[in-house]
Amino acid sequence: MSKTATRAKTAPEKKPVERIEHEGLLDVRGLTTYFKLGVGDVKAVQDVSFTVAPGESLGLAGESGCGKTTAALSVLKLLPENGRIVSGDVLFDGKNLAKRTEYGMSKIRWKEISIIFQGAMNALNPVKETGKQIAEPIQLHEGLSEGKAMVRVKELYDLVGISQKRVMDFPHQLSGGMRQRAMIAMALACNPKLVIGDEPTTALDVMVQAQILELIGRLRKELDLSFILISHDLSVMAETCDKGVVMYAGEVVESGTTADIFNHATHPYTRQLIKAFPNIHEKREMVSSIKGDPPNLVNPPAGCGFCPRCDDKTAACETEHPDLVEVERGHFVRCLLAKKGV
Amino acid sequence: MATAPPTGAEVKGTYEKGTVDRDDLATAGTTDGILYDVKDLEVYFPIQQGFLKSMVATEKKYVKAVDHISFQVKQGEILALVGESGCGKTTTGRALLRLEEATGGSILYKGLPVEKFSSRTLREYRKKAQIIFQDPYNSINPKQTIFDIVAEPLEVNSICSSEREKEDRVIKAISEAGLRPATEYLYRYPHELSGGQRQRVCIAGATVLEPDMIVADEPVASLDVSIRNDILKLMVEEKEKLGVTYIFITHDLSLAWVISDRIAVMYLGRIVEIGETEEVVANPKHPYTKALISVIPVPDPLAKREHVILKGETPNPVDIPSGCRFHPRCPEAIDACKEIDPEDVHIGGDHYAACIRIK
Repeated sequence: MSKTATRAKTAPEKKPVERIEHEGLLDVRGLTTYFKLGVGDVKAVQDVSFTVAPGESLGLAGESGCGKTTAALSVLKLLPENGRIVSGDVLFDGKNLAKRTEYGMSKIRWKEISIIFQGAMNALNPVKETGKQIAEPIQLHEGLSEGKAMVRVKELYDLVGISQKRVMDFPHQLSGGMRQRAMIAMALACNPKLVIGDEPTTALDVMVQAQILELIGRLRKELDLSFILISHDLSVMAETCDKGVVMYAGEVVESGTTADIFNHATHPYTRQLIKAFPNIHEKREMVSSIKGDPPNLVNPPAGCGFCPRCDDKTAACETEHPDLVEVERGHFVRCLLAKKGV
Repeated sequence: MATAPPTGAEVKGTYEKGTVDRDDLATAGTTDGILYDVKDLEVYFPIQQGFLKSMVATEKKYVKAVDHISFQVKQGEILALVGESGCGKTTTGRALLRLEEATGGSILYKGLPVEKFSSRTLREYRKKAQIIFQDPYNSINPKQTIFDIVAEPLEVNSICSSEREKEDRVIKAISEAGLRPATEYLYRYPHELSGGQRQRVCIAGATVLEPDMIVADEPVASLDVSIRNDILKLMVEEKEKLGVTYIFITHDLSLAWVISDRIAVMYLGRIVEIGETEEVVANPKHPYTKALISVIPVPDPLAKREHVILKGETPNPVDIPSGCRFHPRCPEAIDACKEIDPEDVHIGGDHYAACIRIK
């Protein structure tokens, strides 16, 4: 690792890297990620594609274990040791991240793409001042001294709405909402183009969640950020995202604009998932649940993965694996019953 | 020991501490269908101070977790206690079970003051009042089989005369909690079950004693959406079939709205609004309730609603703001709010809210 690092520093690349043409800022094409386990490969993400345009926000939603976090971590190549990208391209700003070395990725992480982790209490170092932790990526990527980096940290604190006096506080001295704000400040430290939020509001109270989502929305406008929100909570996705991708058992089952997904939900899974969330502005009724469990991803079923839990299944669903069909312009559904509309 | 069977609220004060006997509990009944009558309940936790500080300090400081609240729980209803973390909802629930000692006020269970129960009575009482905890991963013993977990309350209270009877009751509780066929689950260990199934085991452990009341403390907060709704349904079913009264503690007002009969919204140790669920959600009167309802995310991207986002965070429950404790964050506050601690205003039916601006 250190050997490659020094070599790359001393010998600058001779030929300029060719810019790959692709859609949007981030273009994920056919991403497939497996985890190696004793019993075989867990096919956590299979053939997942999505694009994020500059300034756009995309929501990745699904139950736990559906592969939404793995898909996002694959973009940054932050997978655990037993995980690997089997195939597919992650095209970001003209570069293919799937083919990059670890050193090449270290130039991208935080500088170009950053991530807000779920549990701020676990993501922050408990024995280091929060401000100094935020200064770290600035020192690393911009080559500033700690003093100069701290000036930038104070600006970031203003931006996310924490008092500048709190920069030298340890994480345990901050409240849950403030820690999450500090995490956001950290994600913005090096002016990235794309921020990934991995369940950024899940452990928070409703009012603090609303504050954080408002903050993210405001920052996106002010800084013209692209944003990927990973959330199991479809209603949060409905309120914050322009586009959405619903995942099930490692695959995209439905994607499109949030209006497509919520108002013209076509895949039976999406429809059931939406019904599982109470809508306080409509008639009060018992929310329904999705019976059964997701399939085992070591040996995924040959047919449609959702078939055993589906109310509308046909005989063909058990044997034939559905492809993504474009039902309306930009609205894709992976279901045998969906009719191609474009 | 008191001789006359106690009725209603008038008993208050006739008992000395620790004198409510088992016989009193056995003969007590509800009046007007009211299971609990909580009056002016106060739960303060003293703050430990250093020796020197305690010499200098003029007054002892307290975390005012529950600060003089009054409400009633009707038999066979689901009452939701809703609020942000630190509002005192869990402490209230625990005080009902006397897992926290009240520092003031009184909780009348079927007309008997819970804080004056003798230790024998308390054992008897806890057969009638149970609790389900938030995290099904940490609240059951990983080394016990499901049978042992659910049978333990029966053994501790030596309720069953024979092994056969014990087994029957355990099987009944497990299958009522939705794990069917129950015999298949009896000798499994918790790690073999999913989160939702574990929470069902917790519920079976609580219902095996056939309690009157169960405090469910965030029972679905750590579960996935698809499982969450099954657990909520189970609570409604048990309420209807077994007549169990539930105190449903949650931070999520939309879940409370789905299953509860009445909602009590708490803020900083006080109940700011209480009433029939549909009435409170459709017609909120307190500014805090209005704000809470406005920020609930809705699965409909086209419905653009106004969000009332409160600034800042819930203040420290040690130094509670003067007057109305909500005034520093209230979007509708006026000068008088800084001085007057609002009383409950009757809005209609069962609906009360504590705000001086309500006419």
